[in-house]
Amino acid sequence: MALVTSNNYTNSALRTGDVDTYPERKVGEFIGTVVSNASVNDEYKHVVLKVHPQALKAYAGQMFHLLCPSPDGAEVWMRRPMSVYRVDRTNGQIEFLYKIEGRGTRGMALLEPGDDFNVAGPLGHGFTLDPSWKNIAVLGRGVGLATLAPLSQLAAENKVGVTAILSARNPGVVMSKKLFDELGARTMVVLDSDNSSAVENVEKILGDLIARRQADAFFTCGSNRLLKLMQRLGKKHAIPGQVAMEQIMVCGFGACYVCMRTFEVDGQKVLRRVCRDGPVFNMQEAVGW
Amino acid sequence: MVDLSVKIGDITLQNPIQPASGAFSWEYNDVIDLNRLGALVAKTICREPRLGNPTPRMAETEAGIIQSIGLPGKGIEYFVDHIVPEYAKFKPPLVVSVNSETIEDFAALAEELSVPDVDVIEANISCPTRNQTGGNFAMHEDYTRDCITAIRAKTKKPLWVKLSPNAGDIVSIARAAEAAGADCLVIANTFLSLKIRTDNFRPALGNKFGGLVSPALKPIVLRMVYQVAKQVKIPIIGVGGVTKAEDVVEYMLAGASAVGIGYAGFRNPTALVQIIDDLEAWCDERGIKKVTELIGAVKDADMESDPLVAASVGV
Ligand SMILES: Cc1cc2nc3c(=O)[nH]c(=O)nc-3n(C[C@H](O)[C@H](O)[C@H](O)COP(=O)(O)OP(=O)(O)OC[C@H]3O[C@@H](n4cnc5c(N)ncnc54)[C@H](O)[C@@H]3O)c2cc1C
Ligand SMILES: Cc1cc2nc3c(=O)[nH]c(=O)nc-3n(C[C@H](O)[C@H](O)[C@H](O)COP(=O)(O)O)c2cc1C
Repeated sequence: MALVTSNNYTNSALRTGDVDTYPERKVGEFIGTVVSNASVNDEYKHVVLKVHPQALKAYAGQMFHLLCPSPDGAEVWMRRPMSVYRVDRTNGQIEFLYKIEGRGTRGMALLEPGDDFNVAGPLGHGFTLDPSWKNIAVLGRGVGLATLAPLSQLAAENKVGVTAILSARNPGVVMSKKLFDELGARTMVVLDSDNSSAVENVEKILGDLIARRQADAFFTCGSNRLLKLMQRLGKKHAIPGQVAMEQIMVCGFGACYVCMRTFEVDGQKVLRRVCRDGPVFNMQEAVGW
Repeated sequence: MVDLSVKIGDITLQNPIQPASGAFSWEYNDVIDLNRLGALVAKTICREPRLGNPTPRMAETEAGIIQSIGLPGKGIEYFVDHIVPEYAKFKPPLVVSVNSETIEDFAALAEELSVPDVDVIEANISCPTRNQTGGNFAMHEDYTRDCITAIRAKTKKPLWVKLSPNAGDIVSIARAAEAAGADCLVIANTFLSLKIRTDNFRPALGNKFGGLVSPALKPIVLRMVYQVAKQVKIPIIGVGGVTKAEDVVEYMLAGASAVGIGYAGFRNPTALVQIIDDLEAWCDERGIKKVTELIGAVKDADMESDPLVAASVGV
């Protein structure tokens, strides 16, 4: 089924072959073509889009704002933010890994190869790697793994070793293991179903990494519990960290002040915009959610 | 090719398309060429730094989004020192929107904002989540008159006044603003709304009430623009539900000289520029030489009043 977005709206996005009349742009509105949109498991799908070359500037931790097709004929008014899961510059493709949650992602799940899909981005500040880091520890849960996955690509390109701890409810919903494996990360899976995902156990794993000096920096996304753990260990052992945050979002450009989160900077609580000041933030400043 | 320029008082806009306050910032330069817009409109600024309302600040409904941001900002000093210079990098005139809870402070703010790089002061007297004696002065004729009179006395900049669609009789409020010295009316702000979640019985927005933002605003606000345009001499900027060039045409036919656009830029970040291009093409196709020919050009003078005659002609 080819879903059309209402043509009541002006659609001025760049298609793959279009000449860009505003090449100075940092961000584009693109109409990608769906290459595939396959199920990863019962809850998650993976969509691959052929896009205009301007969209391939995206890097780990940045996001696109997706104009999801309607799952039910009624309007989906706002775009949905998604981290870029993979940028395939060779084939001119970007990929997203997404959890089917509500109306927007249910609409996304209906996309079929050949369909148009309007995406705006890349948006926000992504992950950064300090040249002095040799090994990083990545800890993610659920959909947070979609955000963290391209970090392993970035690390591989920068010859930084990655240990990825993937937390999930059960073996059926472990995601991105293959992608981390392929990029040379050491991956560990911890599960709720066998209790290995308990904070004490994850703390032990991280403790080992710290002892073996394999955690020059921490990265996390997707779980408040795991964020708190990494913050605590990071503070204790003076390990810098980055966290990718989520919040309901409207514009994506920093204009509307909808996607606010609380941070603590020098003992002062402040609000920051996830879309523009983030979505990746200094881990120690995040207050959590 | 059509001449898209329009005049709002002494200010010439290269085209009638501008962003709506709060739904835009200079940061949109990342995605569109801001030099193409008719004007740049900054988010409403208040005197003190403000955090804004509790999150969530936006929720989707069947009929559009409701939002309640609560005018967050870093205060007027930061605005003048850091944000005005960001806008000053671009050519279109800068419209600075301002709000205060008291009339005296409102006027003082307008005076302090009357710096060289600011081209227009837009008095946002219609923030829907404030009360009518505390910032939402556009709910009442007398408050509107007093507030605009006070501001007018303190600034020589062109003064635009943003009205509320929540007022009972927007025409009398528009006339009060005109009489008090407004140079232009911006019609309108958002409709006060509510969403209650059926999963947890709680209001969906942290601030409970929010403003409805939706293409559904257009027919209602269009009617307001039409009614006000018949009763005032100053130009009108129509704001509400513009998502395509034909909407601009409709607002102009109803009597607006320009339009402001919010939601469409959220849905399609490049929409504002596309709407300018589409408006140009629309006019060219019809041989319209000046877009100003459209202002108030609705053909309503000779409408058939006999139902029997009306029902016997084509649709
Ligand atoms: C920077 C960022 C990156 C993200 N990356 C991914 C990703 O790679 N894969 C993925 O599956 N999900 C990701 N998310 C979460 C994703 O945006 C939400 O799951 C999605 O918006 C849900 O939309 P829906 O219509 O299916 O759900 P609904 O519940 O119907 O959504 C209702 C509203 O709430 C918002 N919303 C709901 N859940 C979230 C959430 N967790 N975060 C932000 N807004 C939310 C929606 O955008 C929408 O406006 C990311 C969120 C952010 C902010
Ligand atoms: C996120 C958001 C923030 C807004 N903030 C302001 C504001 O600060 N000042 C103001 O006058 N209007 C504000 N508005 C209202 C818009 O300027 C405009 O009146 C409204 O969105 C209707 O236009 P639209 O249908 O084109 O979106 C805001 C709207 C939105 C969606």
